[in-house]
Amino acid sequence: MTGELGQLALCLALALSLVQAFAGFTGASRGNVRVMAMGRGAALGSFVFIALAFFTLMFAYVTSDFSVQVVAENSHTAKPLIYKISGVWGNHEGSMILWLLILGVYSAAIAMTQPTDNTANAELGSRALGVQALIAIAFLVFVLLTSDPFGRLYPPPFEGNGLNPLLQDPGLAFHPPLLYLGYVGLSAAFSFAAAALVDKRNDAAWVRRARPFAIAAWTALTLGIAAGSWWAYYTLGWGGFWFWDPVENASLMPWLVATALIHSMMATERTGAFKSWTLLLAITAFSFSLIGTFLVRSGVLNSVHSFANDPRRGLFILMILFVAITAPLTLFAWRAPKLSPGAAFDLASRETGILLNNLLLTAAAATILTGTLYPLVLDAAEGIKISVGPPYFSATVVPMFALLAVLMPLGPIFMWRRTDWRASLYKLRFAFAAAMAAMLLTLAILRPDSVLGLLAVTLGVWLIGGSVSDIARRAGSFRKLRHLPASAWTSALAHAGLGVVALGVVGATSWKSEAIQVLSPGQTMNVGGYALRLDATEQVQGPNYTADRAAITVMSNGRIITVVHPEKRSYPVEQMVTSQSSIRTTVLSDLYVVLGDSREGGGWVVRAYVNPMAPFIWLGAVVMAFAGFIALGARLAAKLRAARAGAVTASAAAE
Amino acid sequence: MTPKKQRRLAFAITLLLAGGGAAALAVYALQDNVLFFYSPSDIIAHPEKVPEGRAFRIGGLVEQGSVKRDRGLEVQFVVTDGKNAVPVTYSGVLPDLFREGQGVVAMGTRANNGVFTAREVLAKHDEKYMPPEVVDALKRSGHWQEGQKGPGAS
Repeated sequence: MTGELGQLALCLALALSLVQAFAGFTGASRGNVRVMAMGRGAALGSFVFIALAFFTLMFAYVTSDFSVQVVAENSHTAKPLIYKISGVWGNHEGSMILWLLILGVYSAAIAMTQPTDNTANAELGSRALGVQALIAIAFLVFVLLTSDPFGRLYPPPFEGNGLNPLLQDPGLAFHPPLLYLGYVGLSAAFSFAAAALVDKRNDAAWVRRARPFAIAAWTALTLGIAAGSWWAYYTLGWGGFWFWDPVENASLMPWLVATALIHSMMATERTGAFKSWTLLLAITAFSFSLIGTFLVRSGVLNSVHSFANDPRRGLFILMILFVAITAPLTLFAWRAPKLSPGAAFDLASRETGILLNNLLLTAAAATILTGTLYPLVLDAAEGIKISVGPPYFSATVVPMFALLAVLMPLGPIFMWRRTDWRASLYKLRFAFAAAMAAMLLTLAILRPDSVLGLLAVTLGVWLIGGSVSDIARRAGSFRKLRHLPASAWTSALAHAGLGVVALGVVGATSWKSEAIQVLSPGQTMNVGGYALRLDATEQVQGPNYTADRAAITVMSNGRIITVVHPEKRSYPVEQMVTSQSSIRTTVLSDLYVVLGDSREGGGWVVRAYVNPMAPFIWLGAVVMAFAGFIALGARLAAKLRAARAGAVTASAAAE
Repeated sequence: MTPKKQRRLAFAITLLLAGGGAAALAVYALQDNVLFFYSPSDIIAHPEKVPEGRAFRIGGLVEQGSVKRDRGLEVQFVVTDGKNAVPVTYSGVLPDLFREGQGVVAMGTRANNGVFTAREVLAKHDEKYMPPEVVDALKRSGHWQEGQKGPGAS
């Protein structure tokens, strides 16, 4: 019964989305307040029904209702509750429902923050809701036609197939929702941009409405990518954190464009520069989200973590992608001559910095896209099978990011429109000194063998130092730190966060030590200053797996530090084996131990890494996301203050 | 030229330089960092395509009964596409899903004696998933049964 309820809810959501699209566009063009209100109501209603469908599916998972096909295929009664819940989005059908749910969240947020009068701003929002509805319609039809999550099995099996054990992990339980909050959040910026193109006013008002959504999407995307990389780091047992896998690239490309977008939006809102470019970026950012969805869902890419797929779905998403890119671009080409030119600025100005930021970020996204699609093109054209590996991406993306990092501390120091570049550079003297000191220290103490590592340390310290000196200069003294505007903190934290990531990346790549050896109980191996002694291995029983569990004593300079227990787990239901690596972290460094397979004579393969500074990768990402939260919080606080002030003046007027 | 036109020109030139630079970088990097994929039959038929020391990827099924582990780190196995087979050695931790009779993709180099030394054996995340290249190689050697579970079957 519940399955049919979910299907009905999806159909009702589709009907309401049609109303939303119609009311959103006609209400705005007629300037009719009541029709626009109908559009907002339909947006909220459609969100409620999608949420109903989502929770119906979740209910089927939690109660292990195996008459629903996707539940039977992806769940099992013995699975812990949290993975029954996260199992909802652990497969194609369920993840599309999550996609729709989050689209609904953003549509509802647009509807709730929208003015109720018939001002230009209200009409803009109404049209944006119309565009959101069109996207929702496309994906609802996609789900209902090609990926019905509520299909039944008759007779229902007694037990389900279980969920891929690699996905039974807290890191991965939250990775897809965060990633989708980012991916789909870019739809809001897209919708406002498209609405502004339909609108005849052609001003930059849309940026003011769209910017919070873009920042929210960027923040979620940052956290989502970090969660995915963290998961890969500790579950895959290779000690790596980023593999330039097509699926990872699919999430990095929208992030790069979204980063460019939030910067260019800042310039457009502040000074009116880059008007057309910001419109284009908003369209491009969401297009990259759709490209990502297409690459992951269609199965055209050979990826280690693509879901099951079906060519029909790929074709459908390709069609959505085609319309979503060509329709607004056509509109743009038609409107562009009428767009007022962007405001002028000097060569030495913050706008120039943002321009360079945008160029480098979009170029990086384009080269990643090239590397991701090249194997597809070559296979289709000549039948040659190749793969483009990490060396390509390092060779192209790393130099662009290095250049970006060199320029980043200049941005917040430079003024809008025009600036005295000599005085600005002088403000960075301490950051420069810190970066040089870091470089010399690294050279003297570590004698690194890679130039790249040295460069990254220097640039990491340069970024962090630039942020610190910017904050210090603006505040002047410790006591005034509290009174700094939020915008000073956001740029400083976001830029410093990238510096922290850079340090982590160097540690986990250039400076890691690695050892692999066959150990019999009692034998010892050395890695990065630690001695590891295999004491014993035993068989243990988990909730839905059995495992070989090793006890390995970690010693440093003859002193026992700790005992680690890496495991090799075997899941009987899913017939899979996974490695549970053991990571001992001091935040400054990770000791990462993996248990391999057993060998003749009672030996076990043990692989160990020491990754200095590796946790900085995720720490830095959290710092960057925190900057996003501050930006959003400051806006919310300002809005609440304005509302309270409005209420006060209203009550004062009434008296 | 008016200052405005000058600025536009400067903007266009920067854009061109940046775009051109990025494209040049991409093409240059692609030339050096592309890995070709060959099936065992490709290698037997055209050994000239895989000169000693050149890295490439090989794929097929791990032959039944071919996996040999000794006391040390080294593992030996045979990759087959049903028609031809290539011996592979690898020292390290094999992916969790490595099993006899399963599809596998390995990256490494081939010595003149015909033995492929793998630097990396690619992990799959799902035992039902068969790498598309392997499916293709099996199809070409005539050892693919329709209805067998291929990419996207699960």
